[in-house]
Order: sequence, then structure tokens, then C-alpha cells
Amino acid sequence: MSNILEVKNLTMHYETIDGDVDAVKNVSFNVKAGESFGIVGESGCGKTSVAMSLLQLQAENGKISNGSILFDGLELVGMSENDLRKVRWDGISIVFQGAMNAWNPVVKIGEQIREAMREHSPESSKSQNTLKINELFTMVGLDSSVADRFPHELSGGMKQRAIIALALSCDPKLVIADEPTTALDVVIQDQILNEIKKVQELLGLSLIYISHDIAVIAEMTDKIAVMYAGSIVEIGPTEQVFKFPKHSYTRSLLDSTPSIRGEKKKLRSLEGEPPSLINKIDGCSFSPRCPTPTNGCKNQSIEMGLVKVGNDHYADKCCSECTSE
Amino acid sequence: MLTNAVRNVPVNNLIEVRNLVKHFEVSSGLFSRNKKVIKAVDGVDFDIKAGETLGLVGQSGCGKTTTARSLCLLDPKTSGTVKFFNPDSQKMDSIDELDDDGIRVFRRNMQMIFQDPYESLNPRWTIKDIIKEPLDIHNIGALNDREEAVVEILRTVGLTPPENYLSRYPHEISGGQRQRVSIARTLIMKPKFVICDEPTSMLDVSIRISIMDLMLNLAKDLDVSYLYITHDLAVARYMCNRIAVMFNGKIVEIADTEDLLQNPIHPYTKRLISSIPIPDPSYKRERYQINYDELDKIISKNPDKKMIDIGNEHFVATHDTKEYFIES
Repeated sequence: MSNILEVKNLTMHYETIDGDVDAVKNVSFNVKAGESFGIVGESGCGKTSVAMSLLQLQAENGKISNGSILFDGLELVGMSENDLRKVRWDGISIVFQGAMNAWNPVVKIGEQIREAMREHSPESSKSQNTLKINELFTMVGLDSSVADRFPHELSGGMKQRAIIALALSCDPKLVIADEPTTALDVVIQDQILNEIKKVQELLGLSLIYISHDIAVIAEMTDKIAVMYAGSIVEIGPTEQVFKFPKHSYTRSLLDSTPSIRGEKKKLRSLEGEPPSLINKIDGCSFSPRCPTPTNGCKNQSIEMGLVKVGNDHYADKCCSECTSE
Repeated sequence: MLTNAVRNVPVNNLIEVRNLVKHFEVSSGLFSRNKKVIKAVDGVDFDIKAGETLGLVGQSGCGKTTTARSLCLLDPKTSGTVKFFNPDSQKMDSIDELDDDGIRVFRRNMQMIFQDPYESLNPRWTIKDIIKEPLDIHNIGALNDREEAVVEILRTVGLTPPENYLSRYPHEISGGQRQRVSIARTLIMKPKFVICDEPTSMLDVSIRISIMDLMLNLAKDLDVSYLYITHDLAVARYMCNRIAVMFNGKIVEIADTEDLLQNPIHPYTKRLISSIPIPDPSYKRERYQINYDELDKIISKNPDKKMIDIGNEHFVATHDTKEYFIES
């Protein structure tokens, strides 16, 4: 299958009073058409910064200093704002974290979706758009009457479903979902995840799914990237990474996730906190928290970068060569 | 093999809740005379044994937090009885019959840890003042001893060296450390019973386990019982000896943790269990679907709730016995 998105050596920093914060460091990955790609990591690891830079929606002080983002053959880095507008929503749409609270409270849901449709395909008529909205609502499990309601009349789960309908309203090829279920409780989360999966299969969408929840990522994605301190430390097919985690950080994440299935096991917590990205980090950025560090990891001159550890499976050099288990 | 820190359960009850009811009246408009009654908690029974952790799980809005708040006198209950083991008199006292002194004893022995460590600590107070406040309110110990107690408890919850934290403010420490401060503030009273309302749901995965482990270890060392409120069964499994499942203000099933997860009877419990994502990509999870409206109708048609013991103190609410017990 062909790649719909190719990200190469993406590097982005935020300029702050205290200095530059290197939020995204040399990140490369591809997403195939119809594939579901997951990005997982702790708060502050750069997951959302990657998502934002894909659409150049990062805050004003966020500067992409290097790298390329090829979407469907178009280079997005350095693209003019006018051309970007055509890619946003028509090509790539995004469901933000907590997006359900971003509805305009005084405009009906249907009208807000129509507004996006008018902007991106002015030629289609109002009745066509209404028909499309009904279709989308059925797809995400909403009654068509929801279009005539105001946001405050809907529950959190319904608002989030409507957001997904909005993200699909201009027939994008790629949808980025950034923690779409974080504010919802388990049963509603389960319904939304199910809905996203169904829609993805039905429309043949590509999906980038961002979450800190390893269990959700396990169920939702074909391929994952584990991020730590702005870099991808391990990337590969989801089953492969879960079965044979190579990076010490990936193992720590798996060891700290409780499950209701299988034998009850003692969980291992990951001590310490992620490093501040203002300071340049020498050697392996994970070594201060690594449960099994060797002298080599703390070596300041150690060379970082992904190396092949399996079929389509890459991990950071430091851990893939590590002898301690 | 069970390698976790959940403890063996002794016998006597610490808390006994019978038919707890909490209704809220809401008017439908500013000048409306029509009052609607919301039955947030609608006849709840459970016991908590000394040294055990009971999990209270269910969806948002099912009445978990309301149950906890009525239980510890933060909100007045509508009806029902709550008894607690009074360590002074060594017998079960009803919280309705307490005089002022009795309420003080009750409050000292029953503490609460809240969900949001960002909002439950006063931003203008130092960590020392925050942790010391309960001692000041209850007038426990001499003034000098109180500071020593703060240092001691900081060490207990793993904030070491304590001197580094005493004069700091909540915004200067991380979320995980803040939740440790909440736990320290709670435990400095040496309570016998602590209500935890989703204490780890705001924390990052990696920090979550260290807080849960801390709470389990403290329970063992300090002999504390928890009522642990959460919507995440995976977390409840890690923390609790027994789990009570709540739906629309009622407990529908209550059993030993592993028994409940392996052998759920009530359709709502089955739905809840089947909605938990499994951190194993090769496992294909089956979703158990239920019709909430239908279930709600069946439950309200049979208002006199009866819990049946199906063995091993595994209790299930019976609304329509025939329907639910075929499978078991």
C-alpha cells in the first residue's frame, strides 16, 4: 500500500523567554493509506506537538527548523497559509483533545458543521450538506435531530461524536485523533472507540491516534511510535512492539499498565519525571530513569538514532544494543 | 500467584451502610413550582471490614461520589443508616446519633482524598501548613510536635528529604508529588477509614502506579481501610479486595474482586467489564451490549431491591430473577 503521509526528520522547537524548548526532535514516520498509526507517551513527550506541526497549527512560538512532511505528494513544510487551508480539513482533519468543549455555545451543531462544509466546498447546496450531515450522524451513532440542538443540550459523549462527524465532513484522507476519549468515562470511551474504528474501515481512512493509554493504543492501531522527550524511541507494528518491546521505556510503559485480563501481576512504576526539554540532553534521554542503565547509556558521546531490531521494527540504538535485561 | 500488596481480610466491620438514600430536588425553571426529584443514591447497602479496600465502580453520574459524600457527612443523606466502628467506645455507632464530640471523633477517623490534586490544595499555603491544618483544627499534639509530625508523614509518603518540601507551595511541585501531599494531609490524622475519589485518574500512567503502590503499602502499615471510587475496573482490580458495581444510584453486584471479574452475573457488570480496553493487541475483545432503557425499566418495575448471595458472598441485585440467572 502507498504512503499517504511521509514525515522525515521533523524537528520543531518553541522559542521561550528561558530558551528554546526542543519539543520534536528528528521524528520520522510513514502512514499508509487505510492504516491506523498510534503515538504513545507521557504528558509533555511531544505527541501533540507532532500532531500540531503536521497541520502547521502549532503555537506562534513553535518553529519547524528542519524536516519535511509529505502528504499525498504535497510538501507541507513551508507551504503558504492559503494552500494550507485547502489541505486542512479537506485532506487532513484533526480531533483535538477536549474538542467537545470547543463548540460555539450559541450556534446549533448542524449549522457549525455546515459552516465548515460551506468553506471547503462552496459548490454543494444546503440540502446536499444536510443530507451529508444526516449520513455522518448515522455513521457515528447520533440521531439526525442532534443537528438542530445546541451544544449544551448534548452529553459529553454526544458532543464528542458530533466532533468526529465534523472531522469527517469534508471527506479527509487522514484523521488525527489527539486523546479523543480522555475526558470520557470507560463505557462512553468504548462506544466512541468502536465508532471511530467502524468509520475508519467504512471510509478507508488513515488514522493517527495519539494517547497516553497503552491499552487503548493496543486496540486501535496497526503500528505505533513510542515517544520520549521529543524523540521516537521505538516504532513498529503494534503486535510486534507489545510482544517484543526493545526500548527500556516501552517496557516500563507496558509494566505500569494494569489489566483486567490474565493473571494479576505486580506492576512496576517508573520513577522520576521526564527531562525538561530546555536543557540539551547528552547521551540517552531516558538513562536517568532507566531501571537497567549501563555505563554506556550515560556516556555523553553516545550516538542516538533508530536501528532495525525486527521486521519493520526499529528502536533507539542505546537500548537495542543493551545487554542488561 | 498473587504478588500484590492487597491484604488478607480480618473479620469485624468498620462501616455498615444500610438503605442509604440521597435525593436531590431540582426545579425545572426559575419560577416553576414543579419540583423534580433526582434519585442520585437510591437504597445502597454495603459493609467495609477493617483493613479491607472496597472498590465502588460505575459510570459518571451513577452516584459513586454522592454515596461517599453522604457517607462522611459532607452532604446530609435523605434517609438510611450509616454505622461506624468507634475506636473509643469499641462499638458500632450510628452517625445520626452523634453529639458534637462524637462527630469530631468520627471526622478524625474518616478522611477523604480527592480526584484533583491541582484544585484540592490551597495555592497560597506552604506544604507544611497544608499538612498541619487538620492537626490544628482538631487540636492534636503540642505545637512543636505538630511540625515534627509533618516531617514524619512527609517521609512516610516518600517526599524526602522533607526539609525540601516544607516551605514550598503546591505549584512548585509535580502532580504526583501533590497527590502525595494530599495523602499525607489525610494520613496525619491516623484515620481508620479513607474515602478515595479517583485519586489517580488525573495522573500520568507512569506516576499512577507509584501512588497506588504507596496507598496499598500505607494501608498495610497503618491499618487503614479504603473506599476506592473509580470508573476504571483495571485500577480497581489492582487496589481492591472487593468491588461494588453501581448503576443509576443502586448497587447491582458486589463480590470479591477476582470473582466479580471472572464470573460477572448482572448484565451491567458484564457491560462494564467488556468495555475495558486490554493492553494486548492480539486479544480481540467482545463487547457485551445492553439496552440501558430496558434495564432501567426492569429495575424501576421492581423497586424492592433484593440482593441474592450466589455463594462466596457474591451478591447480585435481582430485578427479574429468571432472566439473569440462567447463565450462571
